[in-house]
Amino acid sequence: MTEVAPQERDELKFKDSQVRESGSPPHGRGPARGEPGPGAPIHSGITAERPEGWNRPALIQPSGDGELLEVAMGPHHPSTHGVFRMDVALDGERVIRLRPVFGYLHRNHEKIAEGVSYLASMPYTDRLDYICPMTNNWAYALAVEKLTGQEVPERAEYLRVILGELTRFQNHASSIGFLIQEMGASGTPLMYAFREREKILDLFESLTGARMMVNYMRFGGCRVDASPAWLDETRKVVAGLPEFVDEFDRLLSSNEILMARTQGVGVLKADLAVNAGVTGPMLRASGVNYDIRKVDGYGIYNRINFRVPLGDHGDVYDRFMIRLLEMRESITILTQALKDIPAGPVMDPKAKLRGFRPKPGEAYGRIEAPKGELGFYLISDGGPNPYRYRIRPPSLINLTVLEDMCLGHDVADVVLIFGSVDIVLGEVDR
Amino acid sequence: MKTVEEIKAAIEAAVPGAAVEIVTNPSVSGQHSLRLAPECAVAVATFLRDDPEIALDYLSNVTGIDWPDKEITEKVKVARQVTKTVEDLEKEVDETVEETRKRLEPGCLEAVYHLYSVAKKHGPVVVRMRTIDRAEQVELPSLTPIWRSAEFQEREIFDLYGIVFTGHPDLRRLLMWEGFKDHPMRRDYREPDDFEYEPTAHDEVLKRATEHQAGTAAQTTAGGS
Repeated sequence: MTEVAPQERDELKFKDSQVRESGSPPHGRGPARGEPGPGAPIHSGITAERPEGWNRPALIQPSGDGELLEVAMGPHHPSTHGVFRMDVALDGERVIRLRPVFGYLHRNHEKIAEGVSYLASMPYTDRLDYICPMTNNWAYALAVEKLTGQEVPERAEYLRVILGELTRFQNHASSIGFLIQEMGASGTPLMYAFREREKILDLFESLTGARMMVNYMRFGGCRVDASPAWLDETRKVVAGLPEFVDEFDRLLSSNEILMARTQGVGVLKADLAVNAGVTGPMLRASGVNYDIRKVDGYGIYNRINFRVPLGDHGDVYDRFMIRLLEMRESITILTQALKDIPAGPVMDPKAKLRGFRPKPGEAYGRIEAPKGELGFYLISDGGPNPYRYRIRPPSLINLTVLEDMCLGHDVADVVLIFGSVDIVLGEVDR
Repeated sequence: MKTVEEIKAAIEAAVPGAAVEIVTNPSVSGQHSLRLAPECAVAVATFLRDDPEIALDYLSNVTGIDWPDKEITEKVKVARQVTKTVEDLEKEVDETVEETRKRLEPGCLEAVYHLYSVAKKHGPVVVRMRTIDRAEQVELPSLTPIWRSAEFQEREIFDLYGIVFTGHPDLRRLLMWEGFKDHPMRRDYREPDDFEYEPTAHDEVLKRATEHQAGTAAQTTAGGS
């Protein structure tokens, strides 16, 4: 990467937003790369020399004619996915400052969790990122298992992977649906996504008893076993998913309006993305090959073959495309897991549900949730409830770079860029 | 990946005068941590990020912990000379007596950083810093200039725990509203009686609020929060 002075950097960012690569065919951009070989560089963005303030949002000067307008977008705004506010300073249509304001849904889940037993927080994790309750359960169970050293039976690991990937699939489908909705395509794409999501939620309901508030995983396994009939039904649903992705792909990927509005918008550079702790599809859209399923190989992911899609440009279109490709990879994972799932118990027979007191110590466990790295940090003092219970929320930390991505763009693009981050306020505010 | 001992040695070789202490973690997770002295934290953090071997370019998780003042009661065996009368003779006899002693271990606030490397794909390296006490000297250097991902998380710690991060570009409350007084994640936090920031004008509520505020004020002077 060539070195740019901070001031030049800002101007580049600004110019970038003026020239959009509208109308270029998706084929010209090339498909997202598969996983690079072992010797390939992780990403080219890391430079040794960094100018002062390189990781701060740029200071954009107003053009001088006309007055500045301060707009509070939210907290009740259809595009904010809940109660979230962006205080935007506008110079005409151009965003020159953006301040996210959080806390409208804050209920101090961490404090509540420190006052109750370990297991009592499990149903509460469903309410963090309420689109993906299964992965929240998984992350918490994984952190506690790290703390106590419990083993998870083979079958439970397969069930976790199946449920986690179903969750990822429906999260990406609805997040794309929301993105297109915010672009102005009212209804149709979102309803297509929700039609598919409903099939997956039906599976969750028949397995756990609840569509969204599943409360399914336990420390050392899963709560109930899946019946052969459920597995057959899941295989049937999974067999239908590729058709849906193809349909979505045909409908959206080469849509001219979508390309015009998303390509070159909200560009996030790889080195800033890593420095700002951005994770998940957003990080990979910037071309950084970092998927915790591959890096940590938790559960049984190191036995499963799948590729990590990577973006080239780091714009909104790439984030959309990465999610689409990750849905395809999820289907690959699901097919393998559903084929190989062994028989056996779903709970560690030595696992204790009552009187559960981990030995003193601490552990940080993390998984690749659909939105990014979801981590739980637990400190035990030997008592029945955690001394410290911390959630690392991917939604909140991915918003760190929201201002950087929005500066210089039109206010209508802010809605899109925000939508491409893919957040859930239950997790941002906790 | 290097062990904490190797990282400690590397830090001490590269940053002169850095005070680093290894905190062992008794849990099976084996995630031991390094406690940095706040004075050298920025230099050490820059080294950890930029060193080509360690290359911890990704700061994943930042969080606070509250360690309140602890009253420790311990039994100490003390040897002392006691005068005893044995067979009508006064003698000085050595005797071991058990004594109960109480001492107050001052509390502190702690910030914990979980670091990973995207370039080398290793981690986590856990780094922690402690404030001097919980009331007055609650300042720690901010690592936001080094890792941007600390920006919102340090604001959250400032909000919920009250650690003041010096050098943070935009240190405001994150989740609670502006004008909120206390730090809810502290162990001795008292919830408001009516859960309303501004008490309504009803007599009963106003009375309860006054009582509550008196209670909080008394606690503030006593507990120093």
